[in-house]
Amino acid sequence: MRTLDALIVESPVFEGLDQDQLELIAGCASNTVFAAGERLFREGDQADTFFLLRHGLVALDAYVPNRGQLTVETVGPGEIVGWSWLLPPHRWHFTGRAVELVRAVQFDGACLRKKCDEDPLLGYDLLTRFAQVLVSRLQATRLQLMDVYGDKHD
Amino acid sequence: MPSKGTSEPAVLAAEDFDALLDALRDEGYRVVGPTVRDGAIVYAELGAASALPAGWTDEQAPGSYRLERREDGALFGYAVGPHSWKQELLPPRVRLWQTRRQQDGGFVVDEEPPPSEPTAFVGVRPCELAAIAIQDRVFLGGRFQDGDYAARRSDVFLVAVDCGDPSSLCFCTSVAGGPGARDGFDLALTELLDGGHRFLVRAGSPAGAEVLARLPVTATSPRDLDEAAAVVAGAVEQMEGRFDSTDLHDLLLRNLESPQWDAVAERCLTCGNCTLVCPTCFCTHVEDASALDGSTAERTRVWDTCFSVQYAEMHGGNTRPTPRARYRQWLTHKLATWEDQFGSLGCVGCGRCIAWCPVGIDIREEVRSIRAEEEEHAHA
Amino acid sequence: MATSTTEPVAALRGSMTPLPYRVARRRRENHDNWTLELEPVEDAIEPIAPGQFTMLYAFGVGEVPISTSGDIEASGTTLVHTIRAVGAVTKALCAAGPGDVLGVRGPFGNTWPIEAAHARDLVLVGGGVGLPPLRPAIYHALAHRSEFGKLVVLYGGRTPEDLLFRKELERWRGRLDMDVEVSVDSAGSGWNGNVGVVTKLIPAAPFDADDAVAFVVGPEIMMRFTARALIDRGLPPERIWISMERTMRCGVGLCGHCQLGPTLICRDGPVYRWDELESLLGVHEL
Repeated sequence: MRTLDALIVESPVFEGLDQDQLELIAGCASNTVFAAGERLFREGDQADTFFLLRHGLVALDAYVPNRGQLTVETVGPGEIVGWSWLLPPHRWHFTGRAVELVRAVQFDGACLRKKCDEDPLLGYDLLTRFAQVLVSRLQATRLQLMDVYGDKHD
Repeated sequence: MPSKGTSEPAVLAAEDFDALLDALRDEGYRVVGPTVRDGAIVYAELGAASALPAGWTDEQAPGSYRLERREDGALFGYAVGPHSWKQELLPPRVRLWQTRRQQDGGFVVDEEPPPSEPTAFVGVRPCELAAIAIQDRVFLGGRFQDGDYAARRSDVFLVAVDCGDPSSLCFCTSVAGGPGARDGFDLALTELLDGGHRFLVRAGSPAGAEVLARLPVTATSPRDLDEAAAVVAGAVEQMEGRFDSTDLHDLLLRNLESPQWDAVAERCLTCGNCTLVCPTCFCTHVEDASALDGSTAERTRVWDTCFSVQYAEMHGGNTRPTPRARYRQWLTHKLATWEDQFGSLGCVGCGRCIAWCPVGIDIREEVRSIRAEEEEHAHA
Repeated sequence: MATSTTEPVAALRGSMTPLPYRVARRRRENHDNWTLELEPVEDAIEPIAPGQFTMLYAFGVGEVPISTSGDIEASGTTLVHTIRAVGAVTKALCAAGPGDVLGVRGPFGNTWPIEAAHARDLVLVGGGVGLPPLRPAIYHALAHRSEFGKLVVLYGGRTPEDLLFRKELERWRGRLDMDVEVSVDSAGSGWNGNVGVVTKLIPAAPFDADDAVAFVVGPEIMMRFTARALIDRGLPPERIWISMERTMRCGVGLCGHCQLGPTLICRDGPVYRWDELESLLGVHEL
C-alpha cells in the first residue's frame, strides 16, 4: 500500500516536486473512494477540492435544457480533476460523476490556497503545473468543438 | 539547326504547297491547319493552301490578340492562336461509354469504339511539339493509359513549322526546346522569304520521308540552309532574357505563402481561359447522365479547369475555395509540381495564357514578382 | 483487365468502364452509414488489398471512390464497402439493396505497408468514418496474428450512436490478444465509456513506441493531431502512415483532380508516410 507521498510524486502533474513542497501538499491530501454513479462534486458548488485519480473513470457532465445530461469529457487514472479551486470564483464548472468505482487522492484546495498565500514560490509552482493541465484540456476541447466527424463543414 | 531526317532536306516552292496537302490527303489523312476565322488564326480542316493565313501575323500583348497584315505573304507568319492541338488529341467532349439496364436489373456497358480518323496536323509549332510530348507523358506514360488519346495519337501525322516570328509573349527558349523543330515530327518546314518564297522541308520519320518523296521538291543550296538557320536564330534572339527559369521548381514551392499570390488573386477572375488555351492543360472530369426514364445512361469525359469552384469540391467542403488557392494551384502545377508528377515542366512558353487572360495576367511577371519578393525578404 | 504492377494497363476506356456487381448483402451500420457486400455479375476486378479503393458507380447517378473495408482473405471475389450517405451518389449507393446492380472500377491506389509492422506493435487509430479503411488491415493482422507484436485499435467517434462496427469492436475488445479503446466527442446518459478526443487515448495505449507502426485514418485535422500525439509518445514520423482523401474523378491519374502539391492521391496514395506529407498538409488550401 503506497503512501500518499509516493502517489502524489508519481503523478505526471506533480513530477519533480521537491521534498519540502511535497510535504506541504501532502499535508492537505487524503485518500478517498467513490462508488459507481456517485457524484464527486456538483456544477455551481463551491470548489475547494481537487482530485488526483488513481483508478476508475470520472465523467464531467453538464445539464443542457432540451438535451439533458451531456458528458463533455471523461478523466482517467493519473489525471487531475479540478482546477476551479485555484482561481476565483472557486466554483465547479461541471458535475463530476464516478462512471465506475473511483479511487482518488483528494486535496483540500482551501488549505492549499492558504499555503500558497504564505509561500508564493509554492504558489507559482502550483499555478504553473495547473496551467499545463488547463492548456491540454483546452487543446482537447477545441478539437472536440470542431466536430470533425460531423456532417458538413462550410 | 537540326535535321534528324531519314532523308535529305529539300526545298518546296510556296506555290506548290497544295502538293503537300494533296499528298497528305492521298495518304488518307484529314488535314487540319491554321486559318483565319473570327479575327484569329485557329485550327480547322483545310481544303486547300488558299485557306492558310497568308500575309497575316498576330500582335499579342497581355490580354490582347490582334491580327495584322504582313507585306510578305508569309503563310505561317504568326506565332500561335487560341487553339492548340489538344482539341484534336484530347477533344473537349468524348463519350466513353453508354449503358442500358437489363431485365435482371443488371446493366451492360457499350464502350465507344476507339476513334480512327487519321489526321495530319499542319503548322505545328515547336512549342506545340513540346506540348504534345508533354501530354504524351501524361496520357501514355503512366500505369493507366488513356486509350482514346492513344488511338488518336497513333493516327496523327505531324507537319511542324519552325517559328520565325515569335510574339512578344513567347518564351519557349526559357522553358522548352526553342523555335526550331528538333524531333517528334514527321515533316518539318522552315519558311524562307528572301530570294523566293519557299520552304525548307525535312523528314523526321519514315512516314515523313515517304510523303516528302512525293513532293515536287528541289535540292537545297547552302543559301537555303543558311537562311533557315537564320530564321530560327533570329527568333531565338528575339526571345532572349524574357523569362528567368532559374531554380523555378524550388522557387515556387518555397514561396507558397508569398503575398504575391494575394496580389494576383485580386485580379484573377478564375475564368479559366488560360486553361482552355494552354496546350498542356489536361484536366477533365466525367459526366454521368441518364435518360429521364432511367433505362439508359452514359459517361462523357469533358474538359475541366482547376479554376472552377467545383474543381476541389468534396463532401464536407472545398479544399480550394479561394481564387488565391486556385491560381496558386494552376501556376505551381504548371511550373513546379508537374515535374514531380510527370518528369518535366508543364509549360512550353507559348504565351497563350498571357494573351487570352481578360485581365492580362502575365505568368512571367508573376514568377518575377515572387522571386523579387523572396530576395527582398532575404535582405530585410 | 489483367495487369501486373509495372506494365501499363491499356485503354483509358477499359479502366473507365465499370464492371457490374450485384449487392449480395446490405447492412445498416448507423444512421447514415451502410455496408454493402458486392459480388461480380461476370468478370471480377483484380484482387484488392488493404488500403486500396474502388470507384463505385450508381447507374446514371455517378461514381465515388470508396475504400475496401472487409476481411479480404475471407471474401474471395466479394467486395465489402462501408459507405456514408452524404451526397447524391453515396445516397444512391446506400439505397441499393440485395439484387441491385452497381458498377465497380478498380482496384486503385496503394496499400497499407503491413510488412513494415512485422514483429512490431501495430497501432491503428481511426476517427469517424476512418475506421472502415483500417478494417482490412486489422483482419489481416488477426489472421496472421503471430507476425505482429501488440495489436492496438483506438477509435474515436462523434457520439455513441455514430460509432461504426460497435458490436465488432466489443467482440475484439474481449479478445486476449488485442487492445481496443473507444472514445466519443460527446455523450448523453447511458454511455459509460470514454468521452474526449481520440488523441487522449494515445498516452496510455499499451504499445511500445520504440517498436511500433501506426496507421491513422480520419478527417485531416484528426490525423494531424493524432500524428502529433503519437510523435509526442515517441513514435518516429517514418513509422506513422495515413490515408488521404481528395476530390477524385477518374481514379487512374489522368484527370488531375486529386492533386495535392506534387502528388496524385489516386496514383501515389491514398496511403502516405507521415513525414512525406506533413509539410504539404501544413499549407492551407493546397
